[in-house]
Amino acid sequence: MSDANGTAGEGVNPEKELSAENLPGQRGDGGEEIRVQRGMFGADNGGDTSGYGGLVRSVRLPGASNRPYGGWFDEVADELEGALEEQGLLPGNAIGKTVVDRGELTFHIEREHLVRVATTLRDDPALRFELCTGVSGVHYPNDKGRELHAVYHLRSITHNRLIRLEVGAPDGDPHIPSLVPVYPTNDWHERETYDFFGIVFDGHPALTRILMPDDWQGHPQRKDYPLGGIPVEYKGARIPAPDQRRSYS
Amino acid sequence: MSSSDTSAASAASARETTEGTVYTVTGGDWDEVVETAQRSDDERIIVNMGPQHPSTHGVLRLILEIDGETVTEARCGIGYLHTGIEKNLEYRNWTQGTTFVTRMDYLTPFFNETAYCLGVEKLLGIEDQIPDRASVIRVLLMELNRLSSHLVCVATGGMELGATTIMIYGFRDRELILDAFELITGLRMNHAYIRPGGLAQDLPPGAVDQIRELVKKLRKNLPEYDALATGNPIFKARMQDVGYLDLSGCMALGATGPVLRSTGLPHDLRKAQPYCGYETYDFEVPTADTCDSYGRFLIRLEEMRQSLRIVEQCLDRLQPGPVMVADKKIAWPAQLAMGPDGLGNSLDHIKKIMGTSMEALIHHFKLVTEGFRVPPGQAYAAVESPKGELGAHVVSDGGTRPFRVHFRDPSFTNLQAMAAMCEGGQVADVIVAVASLDPVMGGVDR
Repeated sequence: MSDANGTAGEGVNPEKELSAENLPGQRGDGGEEIRVQRGMFGADNGGDTSGYGGLVRSVRLPGASNRPYGGWFDEVADELEGALEEQGLLPGNAIGKTVVDRGELTFHIEREHLVRVATTLRDDPALRFELCTGVSGVHYPNDKGRELHAVYHLRSITHNRLIRLEVGAPDGDPHIPSLVPVYPTNDWHERETYDFFGIVFDGHPALTRILMPDDWQGHPQRKDYPLGGIPVEYKGARIPAPDQRRSYS
Repeated sequence: MSSSDTSAASAASARETTEGTVYTVTGGDWDEVVETAQRSDDERIIVNMGPQHPSTHGVLRLILEIDGETVTEARCGIGYLHTGIEKNLEYRNWTQGTTFVTRMDYLTPFFNETAYCLGVEKLLGIEDQIPDRASVIRVLLMELNRLSSHLVCVATGGMELGATTIMIYGFRDRELILDAFELITGLRMNHAYIRPGGLAQDLPPGAVDQIRELVKKLRKNLPEYDALATGNPIFKARMQDVGYLDLSGCMALGATGPVLRSTGLPHDLRKAQPYCGYETYDFEVPTADTCDSYGRFLIRLEEMRQSLRIVEQCLDRLQPGPVMVADKKIAWPAQLAMGPDGLGNSLDHIKKIMGTSMEALIHHFKLVTEGFRVPPGQAYAAVESPKGELGAHVVSDGGTRPFRVHFRDPSFTNLQAMAAMCEGGQVADVIVAVASLDPVMGGVDR
């Protein structure tokens, strides 16, 4: 990223000077950079003649939160940290960071401790997250070293709570331990995430493709996998395939 | 893969060509197949049920290992209806997303739309700004949709037992509800009516009267299902103690909805984690303690009656007002009207933006071509669909298109319980058990 008086070609970050609280996606330097936006109209082949081509903006996900988290979030975090300590596991080693955003609590878990943390969350009477709603994959190509994220939502019917666990794995070593022994419902969900993202869930009883054909090549929900499609003609005009249309992001 | 490996003879062999990899799929060696069959118990066979069998709720393939009439192992083959909706969403703007998600579980379009929109609204931070009227109409449509979905479940479930009358009755009543949907949204299914920020448009004139009329008709018709099926000895003999799954099984397998409530646990997200103002409506959460298909059938019947109660409350509290957030940066600028070639932008609106206000034209153009931006982050919104917990995990990277949307479809999760329900039972009971899960392959495969 360039500084405010960036040199030509490097681009200018307008938000350094502006008090940009109202600009979407502005989180200062905190959080986790997932994308650098250049220009305003998504054209990266010189087609943007609007004069905004030099804009450079860093898009960041919400970063780690500090105590107190508010509401029952602190209670859950305390209980989880206490229960992990009892098992001789330093909470700081297992929980990478804790994010509170939009009224939701997310624990980023180191993958080697995922099974232990999930078992604790399920079995500890004060936590008792007995229902796992499955796993969802997200591919962040620019999150170097942890491009692939597996996201779990755990629901506690006993305490009427919902939390999120997030686990990252690098593209080069896409292994995450399976939660099927803890939550059998994740059987199909992990197969789906493997199918679409190529995350290998170690310890899954039969990790095969589930929705795509067995001999399919590639993992379609990854960002580098093209959508495909053909241009269509409508009332004489030619409309390009969806992935060829201009993106304003 | 070595060619001398006999076990690999039936596997697909790969060959590189200029067009890409070509797989040659061949059957097994017949001599081997015959030999294996002779060695094994001749009563034990493996049967493929589906993917085109009429009793498999769409393109579901059941792979059953049966010993005589007993199912010893059961597995599902799914994916025949995979349409890549989640991938496609990443190439459309946030508003266009509803058009896709409504097609996931095609029997519960309003639930898909609401779950998605609640997720997007959470990301935008505008949950408090959704007008009351929009929330009431959302609840109204969702509850009517719950009725229509349950009616299909009861109707097809009855047909699979040979009760064609209940099938005709179920589809007759569902058609009445779809007529109301058509009046309100223009379409019987796949509505894309609920939008991030509110609704696509207000209720048309006459809609409230038609729904009141509909409620009256349904109040009259619903007891017919009781009269036909509830006390029917054949129906009970086929349903009771079939498809058994107790509370710990449901928890482990993540089963929600009527399957979970048939174990006696009154877990319903409308009560536990209310959304769209459900905490202000007066309704009961029916349960059963039989853990079987019959219990689930009774729960669905009772839920239909409760849904009618909620619909009536919605109609009573409908107040005139906006149906879209006031924030012009998010609210879709269109004013829809019926034209000679169908529903489209109203001529008055076009006249205004083209003729009198250049700012309005620019604004309209920007919103329609670019769409609005959603601040980066992720959100999970869950609604209680007729089948269970329908969750939408929505991720934004600050752009005008979703970065990732994942749907936790209850059909997908509940269908995993099929093996636990069917193994050890009779072949004929597999159909009853699957019907009591009420899977819809559009939702399972997405």
